[in-house]
Amino acid sequence: MSKYRKVIADPIFHNNPIALQILGICSALAVTTKLETAAVMSLAVIAVTAFSNLAVSIIRNHIPSSIRILVEMTIIASLVIIADQIIKAYAYDISKQLSIFVGLIITNCIVMGRAEAFALKNPPLVSFLDGIGNGVGYSLILLLVGFFRELLGSGKVFGISVLALNTEGGWYVPNGLFLLSPSAFFLIGFIIWALRAWYPEQVERD
Amino acid sequence: MPDDSIKKTVGVALGVCLVCSVLVSTAAVTLNAIQEENKKLDKIKNILLAGGLLSDGMEDIKAAYDEKVEPTLIELATGAIVSEENYDKVLNIEHFDLKAICSHSDYSDAISPKKDIANIKRRPRYMLVYSVKENGQTDKVILPVFGKGLWSTLFGFVALNKDMKTVAGFTFYEHGETPGLGGEIDNPRWKKMWLGKAAFNDAGEVVIEVLKGKVDNAGANANHQIDGLSGATLTTRGVDQLVKYWLSSDGYGPFLNKLRQEG
Repeated sequence: MSKYRKVIADPIFHNNPIALQILGICSALAVTTKLETAAVMSLAVIAVTAFSNLAVSIIRNHIPSSIRILVEMTIIASLVIIADQIIKAYAYDISKQLSIFVGLIITNCIVMGRAEAFALKNPPLVSFLDGIGNGVGYSLILLLVGFFRELLGSGKVFGISVLALNTEGGWYVPNGLFLLSPSAFFLIGFIIWALRAWYPEQVERD
Repeated sequence: MPDDSIKKTVGVALGVCLVCSVLVSTAAVTLNAIQEENKKLDKIKNILLAGGLLSDGMEDIKAAYDEKVEPTLIELATGAIVSEENYDKVLNIEHFDLKAICSHSDYSDAISPKKDIANIKRRPRYMLVYSVKENGQTDKVILPVFGKGLWSTLFGFVALNKDMKTVAGFTFYEHGETPGLGGEIDNPRWKKMWLGKAAFNDAGEVVIEVLKGKVDNAGANANHQIDGLSGATLTTRGVDQLVKYWLSSDGYGPFLNKLRQEG
């Protein structure tokens, strides 16, 4: 059991795909202006990473190495399209806001990276869990960034007003920078700093 | 069997493609009905929004739409209402699809580049407009408009009050502008600025304009000017042009003139 637990828990703090491997930054910038979109995007990425890992792992002994990457991409792309279709059907408003970024999960290096680095060498169950773990690690950062961006940029959390805005008679002057992509860079930078202060072994040696 | 024989490579490739395509098409086909329904509801919601009929927490959007809004098919050039006997497969209220009509040469015309300020290339000959009835009389008209912004074509509605001069509502239901910049055309506060602005002057000329920067509220022109969005010069210009185009004699001019004469 502990092996499985390690596979899930490791990517969350010890080997976080965004904070340590610095992967998947582009979507972390794009979909985190609001928590709601960040949450849906997180779920989509968790599902895609988990199932692509599972599928790749099931056929890992049959994939010819010459077309390995193509097979992985085909599987990932199909899963992403399915995820996109489901979001369009059941969360239409959010799909409008996420627009192209669900489709861009295909290019998210985390998904491809886990298929290559883990699923090709490990049995299905543990690969599936590794996918979930990495998806959750990604989601955690996304939600953290989304929380601060929505709170400081528009005074809300999950669309519910927390800080009363000055435009609506309150006291809080929203910081427009947090609605723009660069703020996500700053926030991710702070998160990486905090994580590495907590786990000094994550700091790269020159 | 060695993993890299040609036979095996082709076999695995075909197998993976087959399974994936079956999964993808199953998802697309089974979910299509729900997605179409969502799109329709979203459009209805935006029509109600433009007409100022949408209130918070409204449960049955469809019922509200059916009760208050009446769609009419008009011919743009003359402003006349298309009668039901002239309906056909493409041209009918039920299945009116703006994008399909614009790409169909029987139902749309190319616009000369000089006149094409909204940058839409083809103008549909027919349009589906909506009127809001209050005690049997037309209270507002809701006109679909579209034109190019910075990245995408913006699709939306402009609603006019029954004087056919002042704006009663304004909203976009489909666009792909930059979130936070051009995407601020969805901002309710900005959309509110349009309310009550004069789209036409007394001579019937289109005067409404979106400025670059802020409107001088004390100025003589404040009643037909709207603030531009900062950081979104090109999107703002697109909105300005598309509204001007669709309210001009190339757009809904003839139809609005007719309503004014009748009204």
